[in-house]
Amino acid sequence: MSNASHHDTEHDHESGAPHSTLRGYLTGFVLSVVLTAIPFWLVMGKVFPSSTLTAAILLAFAAVQIVVHMIYFLHMDAKSEGGWNLLALIFTLVLVVITLAGSIWVMYHLNVNMMPAMSGPSSMP
Amino acid sequence: MSDLALPVVSPSGDRTAPFLARADHHPENGTLLGFWLYLMSDCLVFACLFATYGVLGRSYAGGAGGAQLFELPLVALNTSLLLLSSITYGFAMLEMQRRRVRATLVWLVITGLFGLGFLGVELYEFAHLIAEGHGPQRSAFLSSFFALVGTHGLHVTFGIVWLVTLMAQVGRHGLIAENRRRLACLSMFWHFLDVVWIGVFTFVYLMGVLP
Repeated sequence: MSNASHHDTEHDHESGAPHSTLRGYLTGFVLSVVLTAIPFWLVMGKVFPSSTLTAAILLAFAAVQIVVHMIYFLHMDAKSEGGWNLLALIFTLVLVVITLAGSIWVMYHLNVNMMPAMSGPSSMP
Repeated sequence: MSDLALPVVSPSGDRTAPFLARADHHPENGTLLGFWLYLMSDCLVFACLFATYGVLGRSYAGGAGGAQLFELPLVALNTSLLLLSSITYGFAMLEMQRRRVRATLVWLVITGLFGLGFLGVELYEFAHLIAEGHGPQRSAFLSSFFALVGTHGLHVTFGIVWLVTLMAQVGRHGLIAENRRRLACLSMFWHFLDVVWIGVFTFVYLMGVLP
């Protein structure tokens, strides 16, 4: 039995499955709690009067927390699956940025430049 | 994989394999990479839904906006439930590495309960909105809101179905290599859903209530 489990452990190692540690999970959890609590506090406590500033800070916190989750929970690094994981992620991120930024940019300008002048919001069908 | 490369006789007469990159470690099992590619395609689905919400999120059609509709304490509760389920799934993976079937199952049950709690709160929120006349047909903002948050909730639902299936598998066959591979895939799926939720609570809820 111990022989078999020893073999299994080796198999895990060879198949490139990430080896997780308690320390890694706890670090990720504590960082996530902090990175979640601060944005909620910023909005619920109305810390900054400027919406633009708050939104920018919120997005920055979200980006950092996503990186924390990627590293500590999804075990991403440059070496997992021979680098293909990271390559696929970078490709996906490029597509995500194009989709999000492109859609919002194009549709905003269509709204601003091509909507007929209206007397008021009540004239909307 | 080196046995797949046929030895090539070079002009000098040595039997070598010039096209074989020996330093590159190729994983013998591509399941985890394949599942990662699926998650990336899922990421694009959510990117489209986020883009839709980004474009339509302020088109209230004379109805109520996020500031009136969203209850942030409820969202905070949901966020903590999902984050707690992420760490308990991590504990299940740690017990799996130690080959402890019972402890793995206990942590999986706790993860499933947190997931159900998350779904319960979300369904309560949806039912509350629809009952007050703020259903998806009310405005473009609510359509895109229900599409985005509902798709995430659907993912969590299927994640729980998968979790229960795997608990039955582990209970029946133990932590064999196949089940460990399946648990590793579900681990990625579950943590990925938490990553998407970071985008949801930031972009939809917190930025939605800003004046």
